[in-house]
Amino acid sequence: MMDYNKIISERCRILKPSGIRKFFDIAATMDGVISLGVGEPDFQTPWAIRRSAIAALEKGKTVYTANAGLMELRKSICSYIKRKVNVEYEPEKELIVTVGGSEAIDLGIRALVNPGDEVLIVEPCFVCYAPIVTLTGGVPVTIETKAENGFKLTAEELKKKITDKTKLLILPFPNNPTGAIMTRAELEPIAEVLRETNIMVLSDEIYAELTYEGRHVSITELDGMKERTLLVNGFSKAFAMTGWRLGYLAGPEPIVSQMLKIHQYAIMCSPTVSQYAAVEAMNSCDGEVVKMVNEYNIRRRWLVQALNEIGLTCFEPKGAFYVFPSIKSTGLSSQEFCEQLLYKHNVAVVPGDAFGECGEGHIRISYAYSLKHLMEAVDRISEFLNDLNKG
Amino acid sequence: MDTLIKLLKQNARLSCKELAAMTDMSEADVEKKIKEYEHSGIIKGYSAIVADDADEDSVTAFIEVKVTPKADCGFDDIAKTIMMYDEVESLTLMSGSFDLAITISGTNYKEIALFVAQRLSTIDGVISTTTHFTLKRYKEKGIFIEDEATDERGFVSP
Repeated sequence: MMDYNKIISERCRILKPSGIRKFFDIAATMDGVISLGVGEPDFQTPWAIRRSAIAALEKGKTVYTANAGLMELRKSICSYIKRKVNVEYEPEKELIVTVGGSEAIDLGIRALVNPGDEVLIVEPCFVCYAPIVTLTGGVPVTIETKAENGFKLTAEELKKKITDKTKLLILPFPNNPTGAIMTRAELEPIAEVLRETNIMVLSDEIYAELTYEGRHVSITELDGMKERTLLVNGFSKAFAMTGWRLGYLAGPEPIVSQMLKIHQYAIMCSPTVSQYAAVEAMNSCDGEVVKMVNEYNIRRRWLVQALNEIGLTCFEPKGAFYVFPSIKSTGLSSQEFCEQLLYKHNVAVVPGDAFGECGEGHIRISYAYSLKHLMEAVDRISEFLNDLNKG
Repeated sequence: MDTLIKLLKQNARLSCKELAAMTDMSEADVEKKIKEYEHSGIIKGYSAIVADDADEDSVTAFIEVKVTPKADCGFDDIAKTIMMYDEVESLTLMSGSFDLAITISGTNYKEIALFVAQRLSTIDGVISTTTHFTLKRYKEKGIFIEDEATDERGFVSP
């Protein structure tokens, strides 16, 4: 008999399965479940973008592109970044088109982290950072944010965790799962701390377009920060292009040129048809994005108010498409709350502790669903809370 | 256009609760406003968009009509005469190579042919008519008639 447990590498074996995935495996086996768990847009990719993919196929654009991506797309992305946050990147040297934001995160971490290096991870956050750091032999160091601070990173919390081994800070704003954003005024003190150090920032701005009540500010806009930041973004959320697997990383040339080797050996290049479609997204789809953002905003406003009304205290998220209400008043743990809600009232949400220990006492609710769907789900959650109160 | 009207034009079955969320108004205000629109005649009515197979014994035609406008009242007089017929579903004055556009429904082709021959073309001032029968509808008021979008997203996000 093969003992696969001995064959599988230690680094792979010790990785924990994603807390989101585990939970939804149960939901998938049940009938009549309404999900509020999905982390992808409910919109289809705008037709103009799909059309240009079809056109690319018709023209036979089916071969590899340059490793770093189609030059036409890299230029479009750089002018998009300039248009959005007024930061200039050179398409020839400072940008790689990646297989989703996911690959960009992986590249950034792998290109920088040596075994023993510490990587600061702001939690609650998307589930992939710590496992990738662990795979490189780095040491994930958690910085916990709190509901009372609006789940924002503060300079004090950051300073406390910096050591002489700190290599990288992962800055995930607008944040999944909390919906928190960092304003310019809130980023300034962070930049102030970092400018004194050699610590790099991996700024995961995948939800940048989904910023409500004001525009997204990238840390790269701040003095001295472009040279110490890897900017990660992609097409999945803003352009409803999750299945196209396309993102990008922009950063200082000496790092980008080195990490291009990893991308070249592991990936070759991002999907060609997706890249042609993405050119259309970058150049002519601002209007479609605005329409989707307005729609999310309507749902966001309604949902926050509705959850507060039924007794789930909900801090107002200003970004992404999630709300992260507190369920502490029920006396249940996040896991218990989600399991009971699923089994008794057929609503699937994600327990907050899936995004880091400090997410305990919260649940993540996605509003990438129609208002009607959200209203039905909130009715069911309300019934659940009433049942709990009756004891 | 008022946001409320815009939303109702897309989907008149939205509940006051949904409309309130979408317009940032209270439910009571939404209800009041809709009543106002109905009373003042800004909202004339509501209708369903129905798939063709639910409406099998009906034929629809689009008729282009050229007319001679009258000196004192232009197209209005003749338009009023035409619109009084129950069969006429919609009537619009157009710019371009013809004047009036009619949509009309009947139980069969013959019924529509009779309307054109006996009622429409005999009206004083009607110069000519061109009748186009509807073969298949693909999209109406922003809604696909055949394909219904389904949520294909898996339960699982990474």
